[in-house]
Amino acid sequence: MEEILIFFYTYKEAIFIIALSIFLGIEVISNVPAVLHTPLMSGANAISGVIIIGGIILVGHADASRINTELILGIFAVIFGTLNVVGGFVVTDRMLEMFKKKKK
Amino acid sequence: GTLLELSYLVAALLFVVGLKLLSHPESARRGNFYAGAGMVLAMLTTILLHKNADGGGIQPANVWIILAAIGVGSAIGWIIARKVKMTAMPQLVSFYNATGGAASALVALLEFPNADMSNWGSVLVTLLGLIIGAIAFSGSMVAYGKLDGKVNDIRAGYLSYINLILLAGTLALALFILLSGQTPTELNWAIYLLLAVSLLYGVLFVMPIGGADMPVVISLLNSFTGIAAAMAGFIYNNQAMILGGILVGAAGSILTLLMCKAMNRSLLNVIIGAFGGGDAATQG
Repeated sequence: MEEILIFFYTYKEAIFIIALSIFLGIEVISNVPAVLHTPLMSGANAISGVIIIGGIILVGHADASRINTELILGIFAVIFGTLNVVGGFVVTDRMLEMFKKKKK
Repeated sequence: GTLLELSYLVAALLFVVGLKLLSHPESARRGNFYAGAGMVLAMLTTILLHKNADGGGIQPANVWIILAAIGVGSAIGWIIARKVKMTAMPQLVSFYNATGGAASALVALLEFPNADMSNWGSVLVTLLGLIIGAIAFSGSMVAYGKLDGKVNDIRAGYLSYINLILLAGTLALALFILLSGQTPTELNWAIYLLLAVSLLYGVLFVMPIGGADMPVVISLLNSFTGIAAAMAGFIYNNQAMILGGILVGAAGSILTLLMCKAMNRSLLNVIIGAFGGGDAATQG
């Protein structure tokens, strides 16, 4: 029990953010029309590329003076994260472009 | 430090506003642009302002490596996203979701050696980031393969038992790592085994699900990727990652349910339906 309280205390800010963003995430998209399901999924997918920040931090403090596993895999993490971000946003934009043309 | 936090706040707000605008037809494209701008802002300020534990900024040599990696990722991501046929869009979303999951799993894998084993909370988020990221990666790759016609459905009853065993094994292994009291170096084998088991579970989880249900599954795996990114955000105590990740996790879950509803199916139906071999099993 005490350990759980310590855990809560250590991460209290993050736990607040989590609790509030769950409601925010639900609230923000709850009225989406069915035709936007796929573009919204794609846009949300691009936002989940926020892991790129973790990749940047990881490579940022990796030892770059010699080739090592952390550096190589970290570089892959950054490349994969960027793929998720750039690819995600560009694909979403293409879908919405098509959507707009269809409406006319 | 403060300026970085401030930019994360702006980025997080842009994510929220972007997602909100994305759910209305007339503003969707603008919403996508806002969310993208938030991401670029968070990336730039992290490179420029992030401080290591010892207070030093990112070394110039590392900055160039990061920029080069971002350049490569951007070029490939942009070209594929522009060149691919319109009909191949859903599998492309799945592919990009897979890369996000892979990035999460890699970050968790590489941060595990730095974990403070006496702090179970920090170990737990690292393990969850690894497990969920790996499942999102391999599951999304299978979904991509199915939509692209490269992977066929495998509907065998025994798969459901293998899946349950794999899931139990994953959880047992994670518990062992949490409670063993050993150092990260001693647990090196266990963390790679955990990665392998999670990857396999992701494959077998999506394998039996019918092709028509793939959009729902991609949406579900998308929310997994968000949660994995949030777990990695815990490792760095990074608010932008936590908020962005949980936002996608929550919105993705609701979107998954909405998509099921639009198809007149329940989520359980989609996932369990796969267990016994398609629709026949769900009726009995």
